[in-house]
Amino acid sequence: MRHLLAKSLAATDSIREYMAAQEKKSLLRFLTCGSVDDGKSTLIGRLLSDTKQIFEDQLAALERDSRKHGTTGDDIDFALLVDGLEAEREQGITIDVAYRFFATPKRKFIVADTPGHEQYTRNMATGASTADLAIVLIDARQGVLRQTRRHSIIASLLGIRHIVLAVNKIDLVGFDHGVFDRIVEDYRQFSQELGFQTIVPIPMSARYGDNVTGRSDKTKWYSGPTLIEHLENVSVDEAAAELPFRFPVQYVNRPNLDFRGFAGTIASGTVAQGDEVVVAKSGKSSRVRRIVAHGGDLSQAVAGQAITLVLDDEVEVSRGNMLVSPAARPQVADQFAANIVWFDEHALLPGRSYILRTETDQTSATVTDLKYRVNVNDFAHEAAKSLEMNEVGICNISTRSPIAFDTFAENRTTGAFILIDRITNATVGAGMILHSLRRAENIHWQSLDVGKHGRSDLKNQRPAVFWFTGLSGSGKSTIANLFEKKLFASGRHTYILDGDNVRHGLNRDLGFTDADRVENIRRVAEVARLMADAGLIVIVSFISPFSAERRMARELMADGEFIEVFVDTPFEECARRDPKGLYARALNGEIKNFTGVDSPYEAPEKPEIHLKTLGKSAEEMVEALELWLNERDIAEDQYDNGGGI
Amino acid sequence: MNITLTHLQRLEAESIHIFREVAAAFSKPVMLYSVGKDSSVLMHLAMKAFYPAKPPFPFLHVDTTWKFREMITFRDQMAQKLGFDLLVHVNEDGVRDNINPFDHGSNTHTHVMKTVALRQALDKYGFDAAFGGARRDEEKSRAKERIFSFRNAQHAWDPKNQRPEMWKIFNTRIASGESIRVFPLSNWTELDIWQYILQENIPIVPLYFAKERPVVERDGMLILKDDDRMQLRPGETVENRLVRFRTLGCYPLTGAIESDADTLEAIVGEMLTARTSERQGRLIDRDEAGSMEKKKREGYF
Repeated sequence: MRHLLAKSLAATDSIREYMAAQEKKSLLRFLTCGSVDDGKSTLIGRLLSDTKQIFEDQLAALERDSRKHGTTGDDIDFALLVDGLEAEREQGITIDVAYRFFATPKRKFIVADTPGHEQYTRNMATGASTADLAIVLIDARQGVLRQTRRHSIIASLLGIRHIVLAVNKIDLVGFDHGVFDRIVEDYRQFSQELGFQTIVPIPMSARYGDNVTGRSDKTKWYSGPTLIEHLENVSVDEAAAELPFRFPVQYVNRPNLDFRGFAGTIASGTVAQGDEVVVAKSGKSSRVRRIVAHGGDLSQAVAGQAITLVLDDEVEVSRGNMLVSPAARPQVADQFAANIVWFDEHALLPGRSYILRTETDQTSATVTDLKYRVNVNDFAHEAAKSLEMNEVGICNISTRSPIAFDTFAENRTTGAFILIDRITNATVGAGMILHSLRRAENIHWQSLDVGKHGRSDLKNQRPAVFWFTGLSGSGKSTIANLFEKKLFASGRHTYILDGDNVRHGLNRDLGFTDADRVENIRRVAEVARLMADAGLIVIVSFISPFSAERRMARELMADGEFIEVFVDTPFEECARRDPKGLYARALNGEIKNFTGVDSPYEAPEKPEIHLKTLGKSAEEMVEALELWLNERDIAEDQYDNGGGI
Repeated sequence: MNITLTHLQRLEAESIHIFREVAAAFSKPVMLYSVGKDSSVLMHLAMKAFYPAKPPFPFLHVDTTWKFREMITFRDQMAQKLGFDLLVHVNEDGVRDNINPFDHGSNTHTHVMKTVALRQALDKYGFDAAFGGARRDEEKSRAKERIFSFRNAQHAWDPKNQRPEMWKIFNTRIASGESIRVFPLSNWTELDIWQYILQENIPIVPLYFAKERPVVERDGMLILKDDDRMQLRPGETVENRLVRFRTLGCYPLTGAIESDADTLEAIVGEMLTARTSERQGRLIDRDEAGSMEKKKREGYF
């Protein structure tokens, strides 16, 4: 420790010895969590202070700040040491996770101080995702609260197996043994199903330091360890090295034609020169020729090391794939079940397309089924149509292409993923894989002799999906009907999928909530895709207000087959026309969730065809559509005949 | 097989992983090279991450024109020795207006010659990711920052609305004009940095080692008179004292400490007994409370 060393270490040798001793120390990453005002930041300030991690200038700044913003009277307010953002200091709350570092003669520590407010749960999850132990603080006066439960559930889901139950502010209940026992019993009852390996309850006062680093003489009834004793000695080894070899390929290093190395961090297991490895997604196998490192090749490497592998054969491997042990392979699937923690203020909607990111792989994904939401108070499984911010649920997920993974229970690195919003790029959720729903290698698309090309050639046309989007009353159906007539007259094979009509049949079970609108579009997009596969020219006439769903539909179709047609009629004009009398009713509040009135319409940014209808006839609109279609077909004919790819 | 990774091996692996992630996911990354000890470590790690290839991105030095002369010499030597692509950017508007720390104070000088200069350089080359050497143990707003820290098209940081950062799965997606600042040394402490420099024998600017140097005592700090642009105030004298620097920046804003530590071991020994943090030598942090956060929101690293 810093203060012990002064003169004894002046000599070079003793510095070297000291450094060698430092190197042997193990590292423990933990977080503090729990409800607001249970004293998380104060506890960390106390730990830093008692382990002499606070410098004189920092202490002076802290004393100044305590007088200005502090909530502890004349005493130093240790929370100000970790609440590093202006907004946090002004409001006296923790908004985001802070990472602090300290060491004792036995161990090094990285501690994540996480916020207690429910609205910042995502920041608590951020801190928990890299921790091996959680200190759950409880205010002895309050007992187990809703946030105590929520944080415990999230810690459990994220794979934390060791809990310290810090019954804090024990001074404020007169160091009462009975209060402590009741809280511990409550917590043990509640957390039975959470799979924690150790729960160590400690009565403490972070503010006055009781049982933090020194044993308190006011809790003689307590015989367990102090907090720091426990943190120094608890064993959290997961033994990632003992698991099967997993090497997610992060980066292909090709400085010249003679070198092709696969760079990445070993997620689990070990690898040695000469080992056989298998490419997870293709099943191709090869051997490790070299383990390249700056300063000389390695003969072997272990979980946690960032290395570069050179293989014996020119096998196809790119970022997102995995090199694995031939004896114990990961699963490769495009459908699986997972726990999801949702972070975003826009709810998770089944059917909506998100970007799924594992450590190195990325693909599109949709939640095909939200099985249930977990009630954080009693673990009840509740039926739900969407997951709101900070909620936890179990979902079935379908990805566009298969990914290689293990279950999260088997492997915290290869069993985790995040979900990203396609438009805002926000990280909207975190997922922990439970099991695959079916093995991708077992599904083979029926390979039929009659193909899409054959079917459309027979009709002497190319398939297309004209996707009309626009407000109710904008003229979509009128234009679509006229367009189909023209196409029909010129010998094309067509079909119209109309919003109102589909809602009477295929989608009769759906309403007008956001979740139902998404599902409505998903089903129609799938039907349109099948029809395009049958060789038809499909005209979809749907309000389809959300750009995310239109994009999802676009990605279902082959390149060039999806034509977004924006029927652009101003809201005022649609409301004036009001062919079905709906606007009048919506504006009167008789119809809820009406697009353009109390439900948003997200206009397309780059439609293939933009029809501005004001002052133009339906015939003029249809001419524009026909012209577009003819040009595409001519361009594609040229491509087919002369492209030569 | 039974290999237990040391603490430094773990930190090294984490940093290398971050470097590779950026190289794989971004189209135009850059490494901010400030010539200090953390930059030296960062550079060493970048060389390791892509070995046997060179780092697939250039190094950018934002030169305020007030850096210690020895820093500039060292910078050019390293670029030549390691063969990396070095870009140097100076805010020419600031030079034209003769913005300097003596007349304009540390706040204005740092804003114009560092923060604005950095924004200029990032815009000029269109970099979409920029590595920096900041550590979470340095300062309390840095303790709050993500490893992949999102910046909007104006280079601003929104500390109240950071993206969640789960496990080692980094969200590298941005819209055009936006960028990410990346901090591979987030989880290193000052002690780790020195230990690693010692272990790996990493070259650092000689100013870190104690030597007799001409210094002036001003505002309670020892300022090295690095060139004639520094005018003595009445009553001030230049004295040769045995000093070194714990941190390096613009010479008029960086205080020396009296020390006889002239080897790495002695520096580590001194650090272990230190009673003040390394940023104490930096004038810019003391300007006002929360000043680092404010600067970062404006685009400072």
